[in-house]
Amino acid sequence: MNAFLTIAGQEIRDGLRNRWIIALTVMLAGFALSLSFLGSAPTGTTDASPLLVTIVSLTSLTIFLLPLIGLMLSYDAIVGDIERGTMMLLLSYPVARWQVLGGKFLGHVTILAFATFIGYGTAGAAVLLTSGTLDIDPQAWHAFAAMIVSSVVLGAAFLAIGYLISTVVRERATAGGIAIGIWLLFVLVFDMALLGLVVGAGDQIGSDLFSLLLLANPTDVYRLFNLTGFDNIAALSGTIGMMADVGFPPSTLMALQVIWVIVPIWIAGLLFSRKEF
Amino acid sequence: MSEPALTFEHTTKTYDRQTVLNDVMLSIPRGEVIALVGHNGAGKTTMMKLLLGLIRPTSGRVRVMGADPASRASLDSKYTLGFLPELVAFQQAMTGLEVMNFYSRLKRTGLARNGELLERVGLSDAANNRIKTYSKGMRQRLGLAQALLGEPKIMLLDEPTSGLDPALRRSFYTIISELKSSGVTIMLSSHALSELETHVDKIAIMNEGQLMATGSLDQLRQQAHMPVRIRVRTQDVSASHIADLLDGTTVSQINGRMVEFSCEPKDKMILIRRIAKLGIAVTDMEIELPSLDQLYSHYRGETGTGNTRVRLS
Repeated sequence: MNAFLTIAGQEIRDGLRNRWIIALTVMLAGFALSLSFLGSAPTGTTDASPLLVTIVSLTSLTIFLLPLIGLMLSYDAIVGDIERGTMMLLLSYPVARWQVLGGKFLGHVTILAFATFIGYGTAGAAVLLTSGTLDIDPQAWHAFAAMIVSSVVLGAAFLAIGYLISTVVRERATAGGIAIGIWLLFVLVFDMALLGLVVGAGDQIGSDLFSLLLLANPTDVYRLFNLTGFDNIAALSGTIGMMADVGFPPSTLMALQVIWVIVPIWIAGLLFSRKEF
Repeated sequence: MSEPALTFEHTTKTYDRQTVLNDVMLSIPRGEVIALVGHNGAGKTTMMKLLLGLIRPTSGRVRVMGADPASRASLDSKYTLGFLPELVAFQQAMTGLEVMNFYSRLKRTGLARNGELLERVGLSDAANNRIKTYSKGMRQRLGLAQALLGEPKIMLLDEPTSGLDPALRRSFYTIISELKSSGVTIMLSSHALSELETHVDKIAIMNEGQLMATGSLDQLRQQAHMPVRIRVRTQDVSASHIADLLDGTTVSQINGRMVEFSCEPKDKMILIRRIAKLGIAVTDMEIELPSLDQLYSHYRGETGTGNTRVRLS
């Protein structure tokens, strides 16, 4: 078997052994289930499909949780192995540096994808069972599946950012601190600052600049993809006006999400291959 | 002859402004066992890292079997290289056998012989226990087992006997001599000097990034011109009488029935013959050659001769 896959497999096995995978899956399923039942309570009996309501609430959950999970899984991946001494041994084997970094990354993405699919899938199935009808709009299913896939991509973007942090710093503690900072920045500070900018200088900044600024944050790209991509959801989540303003097709948004994965991991790979130990 | 297994040519390594390795010239022929001795920070681990291609020299060259270890092309040569890092660490949640299986997949050696390797280092009982439960000595042995994967031609062992008790040290050196007899080139570093004396072909003495001296123990003794001490015990005559009989020699110590002479290594046999001629007046004799410990402090602290560097500290 290829060294790349061997390393990915080792990372997954380690995740199973440390019960990371089971903990993540249970946590995501727990949050998703409670949100999809509580989330549908305020809407009462509306025309809105319960699945669409679930998508809106899970999108908010994802924006908070998956970046955090991604960073927590990955900030330690490189610098931790260097500190523990396992990296030096690994690199004495016939494996290229990109195989080490890429293999570990693939392992982590697999762990995250598994937890998300199972966790959110459970919520979807529960909604379906309790709604009492199997006659749910196929477009809603489509949107639900797209939401799960894009959630994994968002998690992968923050895994990639975590790998970049982990490659750059010299100490684990520093990596952990930076990871928290990055999470606060992208999940809380960025949107508040943007809001402040709009309120304070709304006249000066055009909608073009506003939308470009939104694209500079992977969580906003994810939000746009899920909340503006489908007409029904846009109406439900009150973002229909925003969609008109921003006006990016879902394919562009998905491509941007993927770019947010590729660029950080690619830079991490470049730095890692030149790193001295 | 074929080219040397390991070569350092005027190798210097500098971090920021700190020189950790300074103009090292060293070449190790295939099949030789060499020990790097020196304090922590003497440059031993840096030399290993250079040989593994983990770092590149600031100037000079490093070659492993004639190739640059930091180049992409030399990746294949790592299939036949075994490495035991100082303070070896493994994934805590894995068992010993799982660790072996993981590393043997990377070296594509097949998993069949992994149990056998664990047995060779005395870990077969703990093969299915998690590393978490291993003692330091057990981790060190697992480290040795993984270094033996794939029948390496070159082995780099950084402080291999640290954490091993005397019995395990002996079995470690048994493995080293088996490897040596099958033609493996071995570079090991140590600061447990006394145990190295009988087990290595060549010794390289390092101090603060400089190679102070290299050679076999005998060669180092010759170069160092350190005195051989010969201790003689008497029964009936006083020690001073013996000293008088052997005039022209240096007496370094004398008390009651014991006298200690010291001489240049080359004059050792002459002195021994003279002592032997004294007949039954001498009841016992001990010869003390300079130990590696003494040689080491000699080469670290004092002036060397020949091709060794002069350094006063």
